Amino acid sequence: MSVNGQSAPGPKESTGPVRNPAESTAAPAATPAAAPAAGAATGSAAPQLRRAVIVGGNRIPFARTGGAYTKSSNQDMLTAALDGLIARFGLQDERIGEVGAGAVLKHSRDFNLTREAVLGSALSAETPAYDLQQACATGLETVLGLANKIKLGQIESAIAGGVDSASDAPIAVSEGLREVLLDLNRARTLPQRLQVLSRLRPRDLTPDAPNTGEPRTGLSMGEHQALTTAQWKITREAQDELAFNSHRNLSAAYDAGFFDDLLTPYRGLTRDSNLRADTSLEKLATLKPVFGKNLGSAATMTAGNSTPLTDGASTVLLASEEWADAHDLPKLATVVDGEAAAVDFVHGKDGLLMAPAFAVPRLLARNGLSLDDIDFFEIHEAFAGTVLSTLAAWEDEEFGRTRLGLDGAFGSIDRSKLNVNGSSLAAGHPFAATGGRIVASLAKMLHARGRVDGRPARGLISICAAGGQGVVAILEAH
Amino acid sequence: MTDKYTQMVSKGFGRDIAKKLGLPQPVVLRRHQPGQPLITGPVLVQGTGSGADELASILLSWDLDVRRHAVPKEKLGAIILVLDELVHPQDLAKPVLTAAASLRDLAPNSRVITVSRTAADAADPAAAAARQGVDGLLRSLAKELRAGATANGILLAGVALTTSTSTLGALRFFLSGRSAFVDGQFLTVSSAEGQLPADPEKPLAGKVAVVTGAARGIGAAIARTLYRDGATLLLVDIPAAGDHLAAVANEVHGTALQLDISRADAGLRIIDHAVERHGRLDIVIHNAGITRDKLLANMDEGRWNSVIAVNIAAQLRINEALLASGHFRSSPRIVSVASTSGIAGNRGQTNYAASKGGVMGMVQATAPLIGRHGGSINAVAPGFIETEMTAKIPFATREVARRLNSLQQGGQPGDVAEAIAFLASDAAGGISGEVLRVCGQNLVGA
Repeated sequence: MSVNGQSAPGPKESTGPVRNPAESTAAPAATPAAAPAAGAATGSAAPQLRRAVIVGGNRIPFARTGGAYTKSSNQDMLTAALDGLIARFGLQDERIGEVGAGAVLKHSRDFNLTREAVLGSALSAETPAYDLQQACATGLETVLGLANKIKLGQIESAIAGGVDSASDAPIAVSEGLREVLLDLNRARTLPQRLQVLSRLRPRDLTPDAPNTGEPRTGLSMGEHQALTTAQWKITREAQDELAFNSHRNLSAAYDAGFFDDLLTPYRGLTRDSNLRADTSLEKLATLKPVFGKNLGSAATMTAGNSTPLTDGASTVLLASEEWADAHDLPKLATVVDGEAAAVDFVHGKDGLLMAPAFAVPRLLARNGLSLDDIDFFEIHEAFAGTVLSTLAAWEDEEFGRTRLGLDGAFGSIDRSKLNVNGSSLAAGHPFAATGGRIVASLAKMLHARGRVDGRPARGLISICAAGGQGVVAILEAH
Repeated sequence: MTDKYTQMVSKGFGRDIAKKLGLPQPVVLRRHQPGQPLITGPVLVQGTGSGADELASILLSWDLDVRRHAVPKEKLGAIILVLDELVHPQDLAKPVLTAAASLRDLAPNSRVITVSRTAADAADPAAAAARQGVDGLLRSLAKELRAGATANGILLAGVALTTSTSTLGALRFFLSGRSAFVDGQFLTVSSAEGQLPADPEKPLAGKVAVVTGAARGIGAAIARTLYRDGATLLLVDIPAAGDHLAAVANEVHGTALQLDISRADAGLRIIDHAVERHGRLDIVIHNAGITRDKLLANMDEGRWNSVIAVNIAAQLRINEALLASGHFRSSPRIVSVASTSGIAGNRGQTNYAASKGGVMGMVQATAPLIGRHGGSINAVAPGFIETEMTAKIPFATREVARRLNSLQQGGQPGDVAEAIAFLASDAAGGISGEVLRVCGQNLVGA
């Protein structure tokens, strides 16, 4: 990371094009959904906000489910990711302002997962922690929430993170058995207990296996995306090409040593186990569709252009500029702003994973930016179809007019700026860990790029999530 | 941990049996623990010249129980034989035979230390003969001592005196438990450079040290020892060893840098990291090394080149960056890990031995270069050390290898680390271009 450690002249003067977020939130509020949140944060006496900087990150390599981390719990992996971060930045016995992390698939015993991981790490035991859960957006949301606390002056330092294990997934007892067990606990006499037990039926003994289906539609995420992919007429070739680029870019990044200061090996794994450096468009073309099979010729989503279930954990070290300076730590990038959105997928108004298509235009408008002002796009590859549907929607005039309330299409992006060091299709996607992976990698890329046309290099992160949600954010080189 | 055999025969019934059967009788060595005295028991300083007198008065100021004449039957902690005024081999008889009378009074884990002048400086053949005679004498005596006692020598070169800083530093090292596995060796003090530590328990306080190959084995032990001695640590290892590296870094409150030292920019990356995170760079320990053993007849290019690249070419390139850097000018210290394989050779290790011999050549040639900045460079050559690597040697071979030295046991990674920590300290400033063996006086390749 240390590219000679020269800081640009006068980085602390946020003059000219460097916006004060508090100011820029005041006016636009063009999109109704953004208005309440934005309005609340603004006020005539809005305080001058500090900057929240990204110091760096650490993750463990991501492993395909049932692989290297089969026997690792969420707590094991999050602790390992924390310990690697602590070692990288010399944070032993440091009392961090707050640690926020979460997992999507979570055992009931892990009610205090993050705090327990902190207690098992080399950090000071006096470091407070909280758990957060927003499906696949968990990791990015912890970054935004903690960055906001730093900007407000509530804390000086923070570690944001996320972890998920689909291998060590919780399995619940059936509703019937659960009710019987709870009633049994409440029963006071032997006859009462026998009476409760007599309600037990053989079918109650079948456990509830975890599934990634949407509770309100019963469809899996892949089936949902298959509908969206077909709706936006995304071709198989385009999806395979995106998947191929993801593997190629990630592989090149590893070879260039890009991850040397972003990753710490774990359980014998030194690279993401899903990465196929030798994959080709021809190989990807041979795979059979696994989602949307009832769509006939429109069935285009394969195991190659969809992310597999994955285990892994990631962390990001955030700080105020003062704290980073006092600890002689690098300042890679600043967390500029973030936005959440949700869509009504239940009634089929929009695709399940299309919320970022709404969140990004709102976020850019609030910051007075367009897609052309972005130097790196990090669009989470839940499925190749998700990325391509989002881009198609932005390029669609009607979508722009009717759904985004614009004069025409929102715009298109320069594909050479998209996921340049690979993304989830190659790395895998341990749900809550993806946000931290992207934030740390993007911060490093922005720092290396430095300035573009006299302004700090700028990156956009877009992460879709279950429940029709999406969280997006802007980072800038420090 | 001391090996099981040593534990068994070092006390009680096991000791009696071993004695009766004439089996090797290694003892549990006295190793430095924080707060431990330098040495227990009286220290006999022998020698009649002013060098001996001055040295004795300094030892008195260290609160040691100094004797100038042996008291019969009194158990001794150490004998210091000051031989700095020899002009003819005949001069050896009196001091050596006087000391001989006290050898039976040496306590377990005691020390014999000679202080003499290097033969190379001698004015005439007789003086050179006398001085070189000390070499043979000391190495033979080391082989005669028992029960963890060691014999080592300090050689004074050029302007160095019996009271020079590094003479005293080396004396303290040899007297202490820090030199437990150093036996039959000499250290040459060649200048008056150096400084004794304000706090002997924290000789590296305020120093920023880099240790390469720190994820495990000897490297991890070096990190722990330098941390104990007060240094702030930057630990380096290849990215694939990052998890072990992180664990060591968290243990010693250092920072972990995942970096392949054979990369062209490794030196600059290390300097940048040290200066940015820790504000300075004082000490570099080149410990990272690999083995790719094969008989030379079966050697391939890959095995040969990778060993040379990591074990010596990387060190040369990093040293070049260090010597060119303005950040490595305040009494800088470089210590490299060599190997007794590089001195005596080892079957199947032509590539490794070439690289480690290279390390020793590099150290000698770099000494004058770093000397211009008031710095020093030295190497430590470990013999048989109990590590994960040597634990993989088949039982019988391992058992033979670990007994084939004067102390009849393998060394600990910490023993190598202690020697390195000493050479990295300010007290060793007058010692440069040296190779110190930590091998328990291995019987091969002396």
